[in-house]
Amino acid sequence: MVIAFYIAGAVAIVATVMTITRVNAVHALLYLIVSLLAAAVIFFLMGAPAIAALEIVIYAGAIMVLFLFTVMMMNLGQRSAQRERELLTPGIWIGPLILGAVLLAEFGYVLMRGPSRGEMNAAIPPKAVGIALYGQYVIAVELASFLMLAALIGAFHLGWRRPGSAQEGLHVGSDGARADARSDLVHAGSDRVTRAS
Amino acid sequence: MRSVLANLLIIAGFVMGPLTIAAGLVWLERRLLAVWQDRYGPNRVGPFGLLQVLADTIKMLTKEDWVPPFADRWVFVLAPAIIIVTVLMSFAVVPIAPGLHVADLNVGLLFFLGMSSLGVFSIVLGGWSSSNKYALLGALRAAAQMLSYEVFMGLSLMGVVAIAGSFSLVDIVNAQRHLWFIIPQFPGFLLFLIAGSAEARRIPFDLPESESELVAGFHVEYSGMKFGMFFVGEYMGVTLISAMLTVLFLGGWHGPWLPPVVWFFLKTFFFICLFILARASFPRPRFDQLMEFGWKKVLPLALLNLIITGAIVVATGGQ
Repeated sequence: MVIAFYIAGAVAIVATVMTITRVNAVHALLYLIVSLLAAAVIFFLMGAPAIAALEIVIYAGAIMVLFLFTVMMMNLGQRSAQRERELLTPGIWIGPLILGAVLLAEFGYVLMRGPSRGEMNAAIPPKAVGIALYGQYVIAVELASFLMLAALIGAFHLGWRRPGSAQEGLHVGSDGARADARSDLVHAGSDRVTRAS
Repeated sequence: MRSVLANLLIIAGFVMGPLTIAAGLVWLERRLLAVWQDRYGPNRVGPFGLLQVLADTIKMLTKEDWVPPFADRWVFVLAPAIIIVTVLMSFAVVPIAPGLHVADLNVGLLFFLGMSSLGVFSIVLGGWSSSNKYALLGALRAAAQMLSYEVFMGLSLMGVVAIAGSFSLVDIVNAQRHLWFIIPQFPGFLLFLIAGSAEARRIPFDLPESESELVAGFHVEYSGMKFGMFFVGEYMGVTLISAMLTVLFLGGWHGPWLPPVVWFFLKTFFFICLFILARASFPRPRFDQLMEFGWKKVLPLALLNLIITGAIVVATGGQ
């Protein structure tokens, strides 16, 4: 179990480093998914299978698909890869590197100091997670769901076109608009001679 | 506790079984479609055309396995493998008969949902890495469709979990000894049937690969055995959803007279035939109709089902 923990931890760290350093957005996302899966394995080994499963369902499964969807919609190509490459210069990296080193030193100091080595806890069944979420932490859960609802309504409001507004034209009658603009719209069959004319 | 050898044999069976069934389904689907459309179907290779599967496999293995020069090579190769791996992993938690399962996780149902949500990546990455506009459109459709239908796929199963009081599939089957969940959870059953066929991308929901508009959608650039893996992955997905329907709503291995394994396979086979019949009879909806149906009709119904089930479970003091 301890060996499995270290392997999963190493995979998570390597995958996260690769996520940051890839210039291709989709490749970075793939490494991020691997990193999340490794985190799920660690949760599983620590005796929290419910959290591990939720990590896969929600983070690796749903949220990463949304990320991928967005990346594909924006169709990032060579230009964004070039921009990413420019970001990887030492001048930009040096600040975060120093701050990260400070955290690492602190972490090392804590590890050296006390016997706070994390033990593998007894397994927590999914029921216990549910009882904790909807018992002790019910207010936090409800507040989080308020926040989600607000975000949902906000997104709906931004995306909603009122009937009869100017934007409506884009949605339904775009043929007329494009014909007015003398664009290269060709109607199927318009080259054929109709009997009436 | 089982011996190591027995465990290895069971795992080998759970890997080979779905692959074999999926290969057989290719033949079965073509024959059944033919029956329902009043024609013969494949009937030349071997008795009843049974060796058609073998002929198809040889054809696919000997075809040129082409990776387009404009494709993102590694992602292109990885994508078909993902769907096979995730579907086969899901079979690990399916109990076929008492004691006949690879793993009885106490989060078995969540594991199944997690694997089916990871399976989406196969389609989306396959479409993206092909650098083809039809493939990209198919992949975009797949991402939107499967993300939407996953939401109420999970919700439609929570009623079952509430009644059984466990995420473990073995516990869920054991809880159906006296009453199959299809009776108290009939709305949940219908919703899961819809969500399941959307996840398996079967015909009313096969917009990611709709031949008439997107050529072949996400796998348009694939050939040879890589295409074969998408193909087999789809049939294994159908088998998986049928097995899950059996386990969750039709009492799994429970049934009179016949041995448990036979009951399990009979029920699974029934659902597989149902999926094939759906392909023979349904037209394909428009994509906006598909999304509206999912978010505006099925999602509220799934929530309503969950709330009512929860209220009844609480009112009767739980199990």
